[in-house]
Amino acid sequence: MAERAGGVAAPERPLVSTAAPEPVSGPAGGWRSPRGRERLLQLGFLVPAVLYLVVFFGYPVVQNLLMGFQEYTTRTFYTGEAPWVGLDNYAAVISSNVFGTALLNTALFTAGSIAGQFVLGLAIAVFFHRRFPLGGLLRSLLLLPWLIPLIVSGAVWRWILDQDNGALNQFLGALGVADRPGWLTSTSLALIAVIAVNIWIGIPFNTTILYGGLQDVPEELYEAAALDGATGWRAFRHVTWPLLRPVVAVVLVLGVVYTIKVLDIILGLTDGGPANATQTVATQAYHLSFQEFRFGEGAAMGNVLIVISLVFALLYLRANRRALVGGGR
Amino acid sequence: MTRRRGWGSTLVGVLILAVLLFPLYWMLNVSLQPSGSAVRTPWIPLDLSFDGYATALREQGGNLVTSLVVSLGTVVVSLLIATPAAYALARFRVRGAGVVLFAILLSQMIPGIVVANALYDVYSDLGLLNSVPGLILADASHGIPFAIIIMRAFLLAIPSEVIEAARVDGAGQIRTFVAIVLPMSRNALVTAGLFTFLFAWSDFLFALTLTTTEQVRPVTLGIFTYIGTYINDWSSVMATAVLASVPAVVLLVVAQRFVTAGVASGALK
Repeated sequence: MAERAGGVAAPERPLVSTAAPEPVSGPAGGWRSPRGRERLLQLGFLVPAVLYLVVFFGYPVVQNLLMGFQEYTTRTFYTGEAPWVGLDNYAAVISSNVFGTALLNTALFTAGSIAGQFVLGLAIAVFFHRRFPLGGLLRSLLLLPWLIPLIVSGAVWRWILDQDNGALNQFLGALGVADRPGWLTSTSLALIAVIAVNIWIGIPFNTTILYGGLQDVPEELYEAAALDGATGWRAFRHVTWPLLRPVVAVVLVLGVVYTIKVLDIILGLTDGGPANATQTVATQAYHLSFQEFRFGEGAAMGNVLIVISLVFALLYLRANRRALVGGGR
Repeated sequence: MTRRRGWGSTLVGVLILAVLLFPLYWMLNVSLQPSGSAVRTPWIPLDLSFDGYATALREQGGNLVTSLVVSLGTVVVSLLIATPAAYALARFRVRGAGVVLFAILLSQMIPGIVVANALYDVYSDLGLLNSVPGLILADASHGIPFAIIIMRAFLLAIPSEVIEAARVDGAGQIRTFVAIVLPMSRNALVTAGLFTFLFAWSDFLFALTLTTTEQVRPVTLGIFTYIGTYINDWSSVMATAVLASVPAVVLLVVAQRFVTAGVASGALK
């Protein structure tokens, strides 16, 4: 694809004048004037993307907002009728037993995943920051878990964590542990297992970004700190960490925004079960719409998710701006 | 840092990697075991068998082709829409450019399930459910914002003299873009294209919500329906998983520098 795009025209081909040289135009404005035409052409570059964004992001958000106030079920698809029901959907969603669980699970899932990914990702990034033979190769192989489809990871872990024949229990058995926990089937363990898998998925991303941030810390600062007697942990605490903070902010907030809406990995591992033990706001929105075909309630649940994301979106934009200004990347 | 470490660190690095990549090894291991009852799996596939792959290709081969077609289509659509936009956002002083950039950043926060929830109805009316074009258009929503962001960052770095020189020589806006800018942006196009492919290939949500029959079924959904039922043949499930991981492995081996660049720029721009 890119080959084709790159080969569209050889750069050395002489540039024949296609457009007449701009005459001295009168006052700007009007699409007939060369200046106006130029401006129209410039807009033309942007219009397809704007249209796409409107249809595939703008419309769904507005439509979802409306659907949240409508009785939108399978019947709607046949009759085209979706009566307005005010706040009924929200009342139904919020008063259901699952809502509290889903909210708590979302918070635990997000906080646990981010904390684990970040701490382990940072530790590995710091480790790889020291140059050693084959370091670059190992670091790039580390990306693999992040690049394969999430549903593949879900399937693999589902089998590793299987109660009777999974690799984990097999390993624990070899170590002499008699107990065979049902990692994904016990209500007390399932959420922990799902978080652990999600941490595994997120480590490569965190490592890569934080590694990039570490590379940007000037070597001279470490030398100066060493002269002042700060090495090892103290150098990290007083030199690395303050300079890394803009990158840290971006990684954390981006991590939260992506983790809140995770669906693939939970559906693949547990489908929200057992007994809603791993049900989150996102998976519950999916279940309401696409399993129970109560699209109105699904939309209401989705809107709750948007509000949560929006809070972090604002944080993200602030952090991003600071990183762009401060980090200079 | 210039503090060099020796092979001791390499050993530790290999150990870290071994732990982190164990699940992928396990996937390969199980996929090469003889199929049959799910008794405890040996740690090494001594009794090598490709039955799992035979079953996987027989049952999921069509789904793999669907995934490939959808992913390639998504790359074409995404780059066609994103490249001119990235150029406009990097080069032109268009009114509202700031708003568009802001909208692109904001679009990253919109949960896929919300998009799917609203699209389902429209798709049903337009007959786009269970169709390759429907999936391509939906999957492009992963690729287009990302492609615009990384290509814009790249295009900002092209010296304006180059573009002005072409303009002075009389090249029109479109000609400058096609003959000068695109050839110079090969690396950015490759990076954006690779990631768009991976996003579309990995898509599960739209496959799950916007298809209802087996007619058009990407392999991610194929795997999900596999593990949704009672499984007594994990070797073919894992063989499918291995086949579905091939693009990621190929990309990492063939285009490692593009991939690392993409991860870094995608997060920080």
